[in-house]
Amino acid sequence: MIASTRAELLRLRRWPTVWVLCGAWLALNLTFGYLFTYLSYRSEGGSGFADQVSDQAEAQALLAQILPDQVPVVLLQGLPMFGGALLLILGAVTVGSGYGWGTWKTVFTTGPRRFTALAGTLAALGIVLVALVLATLVVDLAAAFAVAGAESQPMAWPGLVDTVRSLGAGVLIGAMWTAAGVLLGTLTRGPALAVGLGLVWALVVENLLRGVANLLGAVAAVTDVLPGSAAGSLAGALGSVAEGDPGGTPGVNTVLDGGVATVLLVGYLLAFLAASVLLTNRRDLAA
Amino acid sequence: MTEPNATTDDQIITTNALTKRYGERAAVDQVSLTVRRGEVYGFLGPNGAGKTTTLRMLVGLVRPTHGTAQVLGHPPGAPAALARIGTLVEGPGFYPYLSGRDNLRVLARYAGLDDVAVAAALELVDLTARATDRFRKYSLGMKQRLGVAAALLGEPDLLILDEPTNGLDPAGMADMRALIRGLADQGQTVLLSSHLLGEVEQICDRVGVISRGRLLAESTVADLRGQASVLVRADPLSTAREVAAREVGAERVALADGSLRLSIDGERTAALVRALVHANLEVREVRPIERNLEDVFFELTGDQEEVSS
Repeated sequence: MIASTRAELLRLRRWPTVWVLCGAWLALNLTFGYLFTYLSYRSEGGSGFADQVSDQAEAQALLAQILPDQVPVVLLQGLPMFGGALLLILGAVTVGSGYGWGTWKTVFTTGPRRFTALAGTLAALGIVLVALVLATLVVDLAAAFAVAGAESQPMAWPGLVDTVRSLGAGVLIGAMWTAAGVLLGTLTRGPALAVGLGLVWALVVENLLRGVANLLGAVAAVTDVLPGSAAGSLAGALGSVAEGDPGGTPGVNTVLDGGVATVLLVGYLLAFLAASVLLTNRRDLAA
Repeated sequence: MTEPNATTDDQIITTNALTKRYGERAAVDQVSLTVRRGEVYGFLGPNGAGKTTTLRMLVGLVRPTHGTAQVLGHPPGAPAALARIGTLVEGPGFYPYLSGRDNLRVLARYAGLDDVAVAAALELVDLTARATDRFRKYSLGMKQRLGVAAALLGEPDLLILDEPTNGLDPAGMADMRALIRGLADQGQTVLLSSHLLGEVEQICDRVGVISRGRLLAESTVADLRGQASVLVRADPLSTAREVAAREVGAERVALADGSLRLSIDGERTAALVRALVHANLEVREVRPIERNLEDVFFELTGDQEEVSS
């Protein structure tokens, strides 16, 4: 499996798509996590975002969100929806493209078992994911310290436990969405349909179902345990402001306890991986 | 589904009633073939005959519906066998954003090989000069050559090549055939599928002819062609027939379309002509008739439209 992982890392490292997706996530995280919040804070009494900042207390609250001690929260808040969608795309194109290009056919006749080859891909994706979450932490810390320095605020580091917990949650949420993309890429044997279906599910269907659940209580039992709900609940449990609350982030919610959300996410992750491996092992590769 | 067959060291591939069905349609139907060590085995058939499906089963990409197969002493798709097989099935599959060299480096890592093997494979297919170009910029012929280079990584004992000259220009096709023949001369076994009769005739030691999923014949090229014959046109024909019968034996003489067809090899032609002239016959034409693989193929398949010679 080490050989397969090295092979996959080589080709992922050279794939512009991976860099574009990772760059897009870092840019989104920085823009929505820091830039807009900071501009809102700075625009108090001025133009642009001034209407949303009614008084000094709110301005201080905005500033407090982007100081270094809040980095663990900012790191997580975009992952349940936007980050998750980007990672779903990463999983879908990494696996799905191999069917379109015929590279799975080439790899499966090179020597490793199908399981080993796919495990190498999953391990390489895992390494990319961990690196991305760590890069997000570094970028967020840099942004937060820059803000603190510019505004003469305390340069206090975020708590170690909070940071580690946030990193772990970020990797878990990201892994679940990436695995969902892998499964879709495997099911559809191509990147386009997998990405389309995945995005429609992550960005539209789950939200629509939650809307229906507001009207039909029975549906809530289902919507509360959907992948997006679990991811949003974990972020909410670790301090991110829920969607609908003032300053809330789309995708974040508090419908589940943090522990339950974690268990659900692990369950989804394992189920998606198991289904992908099973399909890859059992299906003919006839095209 | 696939169980080990009894094989000998000389038999690199054996299949026993190998069958693949898609619903009611049998893509491959009860195919039993044998590929021996060191030979170039031509798997010949029209498009859609079942060649690629058979090859896919042999490398484990497709599971047979019925039947068994043994490749290098292992069931199809076994890692121990795949590590000794170089494969190019239904066109090359590579990462378009990587260079030719990096594509091979990825595969080499999968196979546990170093970059020396990559350089050697690129050199063999004459792609070293373009090795740093991205795969998506390659011509069809270059893509095909990279596919063969990938198959050659690690000097495999067995090469399974599906239409390896697809997309190559005439010079490239000649080079590829020479390469394949050279590899066989060095002891590598090659299973080569093709719908190009001339190609198979030029480089293959033995041939399996498949049509509509069924293996119709399997033998050496010479055996498939059958015994050579000689056509004679002379007047009067009845006297010529008598003279020829005396010279080569009546059982070897047949009358066809106003001429004689003699089942003899070319070495006896000179003596026959002398006898005909000596009998004061007017000899108008004497020429050898050699059945080529195309004739044999059409006789076997009865389907002349889909094959190019």
